[in-house]
Amino acid sequence: MIARLLDWTDERLGSSHFIHKALRKAFPDHWSFMLGEINFYCFLVLIATGTFLALWYVPSTNEIVYNGPYALLRGVKMSEAFESVMRISFQVNAGLLIRQIHHWAANVFLAAIVVHMCRIFFTGSFRKPRDINWVVGVLLFFTAMFEGFSGYSIPDDLLSGMGLRIAVSILQSVPFVGTYAMFWLLGGAFPSTLMLQRLFTLHVYIMPILLLGGISVHMMILWRQKHAQFPGPRHTERNVVGSPLFPNYIVKTLALLFGVLGVLTMLGAFVQINPVWIWGPYRSDLAITPAQPDWYVGWLEGALRIGPHWAIHMFGHMVPSVFWPGLVLPFIIMVVLVSYPFVEAFVTGDRAEHNLLDRPREKPARTALGVAFFVFMAGLFLAGADDLEARYTNLPLEGLVWFYRLFCIFGPMLAFAVTYALAGGLKARGGVHEAPRVRLTRKAEGGFSEDEIP
Amino acid sequence: MSGRAREVLVAVATGAAAAGSVGFMVALVLHEDIHWQGAALVLAFAGFMLAAIGWARFILPREQVEEERTAGVPSTDASHDALLGVVRQANHDTPNAHHDNIAARDIERGAQQLNRKKWLGRMMIAAVGLFGLAALFPISSLGPEPDDTLFHTKWRRGSRLQRLDGTFVKQSDLNVGAMETVFPEGNLDDAQSVAMILRMPDGVGRDALNGYIAYSKVCTHAGCPVALYRAADHKLVCPCHQSVFDAANDAAVLSGPADHALPRLPLQIGDDGYVRADGDFPEPVGPGFWEHA
Repeated sequence: MIARLLDWTDERLGSSHFIHKALRKAFPDHWSFMLGEINFYCFLVLIATGTFLALWYVPSTNEIVYNGPYALLRGVKMSEAFESVMRISFQVNAGLLIRQIHHWAANVFLAAIVVHMCRIFFTGSFRKPRDINWVVGVLLFFTAMFEGFSGYSIPDDLLSGMGLRIAVSILQSVPFVGTYAMFWLLGGAFPSTLMLQRLFTLHVYIMPILLLGGISVHMMILWRQKHAQFPGPRHTERNVVGSPLFPNYIVKTLALLFGVLGVLTMLGAFVQINPVWIWGPYRSDLAITPAQPDWYVGWLEGALRIGPHWAIHMFGHMVPSVFWPGLVLPFIIMVVLVSYPFVEAFVTGDRAEHNLLDRPREKPARTALGVAFFVFMAGLFLAGADDLEARYTNLPLEGLVWFYRLFCIFGPMLAFAVTYALAGGLKARGGVHEAPRVRLTRKAEGGFSEDEIP
Repeated sequence: MSGRAREVLVAVATGAAAAGSVGFMVALVLHEDIHWQGAALVLAFAGFMLAAIGWARFILPREQVEEERTAGVPSTDASHDALLGVVRQANHDTPNAHHDNIAARDIERGAQQLNRKKWLGRMMIAAVGLFGLAALFPISSLGPEPDDTLFHTKWRRGSRLQRLDGTFVKQSDLNVGAMETVFPEGNLDDAQSVAMILRMPDGVGRDALNGYIAYSKVCTHAGCPVALYRAADHKLVCPCHQSVFDAANDAAVLSGPADHALPRLPLQIGDDGYVRADGDFPEPVGPGFWEHA
């Protein structure tokens, strides 16, 4: 049966050679190579659950009076969009489960991308020839972030409306074109009647297509270049050793798929996320506090809180202060991430192809830079919750702002120094264990002899 | 752990996956809350995950493959040829139908390795089937139960016949040969209830009430409004697919693709001169559907 089907396609496509190579493709056995797959499986969950939600969601700012089963909001005016989210949450069978799985999957998606990027960065996997795929990956990360934010914005609850108001203010701050960009994006000034329609189209159509295209390119490059691998017996720069895709690796990755599905479902069923009925519908005259965005936007929130109040007025025009933390900083971060492989190659002069990975300690400077970057981002992230920290520690908010400003400048420097020293020390101690190469000879009279090979 | 014990572990995991799938279906049908629905689904996913881990560790033989790298090497003529080889093979070198297909060999060998324990394999297929079924169940959440919605319109005994301009039809309003579109009192624009009232010549039309007859305006073929009335021979014509109904004979189908007559709205005329419905349509209006007798 299978043989005849394969013959049938082979006669038309000449596909058997490719299928044979694909089935016998080597997948290295180290667990960290499966981190990227978690992203992919989260993406699949997002598409499946998102499709279900899109069949119920109403992208309309039309105001109606709520008359559903949630008693506390009965009689409250809200947009049809918010009402449809309430309906999904309270009236659609399994609707709340699917909505919460969707939201959790988005958070885990971004988290898994960050962990995956860490593995790629700290093991030097981004070096030539994989520098090209690093660039695709970084762009995918930012796309995923915007995709997450657009989804966060469309329920039209109070929290999402506040977030959207802030995002629009950032967009509006761009010199020359910002005002036009806002009107083009929303079809008018905030809050426009078209804004949910626009964001919904971005969220379910434009961004997913970009993500799907980017993921396809990412995986095609991976397929073509074959996996990198850690040093090990028989592992060389010229080969890749691992389990064959079929049957061994297929079974493993299916286990991971179901693990991801299980964890996301468990979170969706038992850990409440974004209870919009508590926030209530968006009203431009209300704000709730404390208000924090989903975690992956936390660093941007923090940047807005500790950013300087420098507005530029010149020639009768203005560049508002949100421009610096809201757009310039993320842009710099993106440029730094995209260009890192090329900068490192330029600085070290190492333009060779690398298929064997480093342990982080083997490259103290790179590892220290990575940790410094993380400390910087962590500073911004924590600054994004400075109101809560001030409340729980009774420290003055002003003081916390200055603390984080200084932390984001000096913290990374300190982190760099400490990490560099630690990694250097570990490296000097001979962290990489390499057994001496010996020739083992069995003697005629029994027993073995070892001769070291220089 | 003995081989038997390992097999039993995989079987238990597969059974849990099947049980979780069934549980999810049950929880959906019973409209259980988020925790029960989620717990059943988690059980299914956890079962499949553990079964797959068991398969990878206990059933499949360990195997390592080693591949040479080609990417990153600048394209030479030879590697360029290798890239184009697929195309070339398809165009010129069509293999025989029963040549030794290397891909088929891989798949058969892998399938044998996967299926070393036949009973576990069969159990897994059953669990996957159940899960596939369970995965379809959320579709039922996409809309409400149809119940008897399609069997009823807004017409009630005593409803007056209201025109789109808001006025009501009185006995004295229509000339012979006239046709008007009407809705049940207070339900202007209700797509299911839209009807037309005709004034027939004396003696034409079975059980006409003082010459008045009313039919559903929704074509029984594909749901278009039956908008054309040719008074000369009492024919109602649907403009979409040219179904022709005989207004003088209970709107029976004369020609065209419609497969049953337009439902007739029972009428009464009160002392106040208003024409009124004498109840709902006796059968569902519009195109046919499965539950339509």
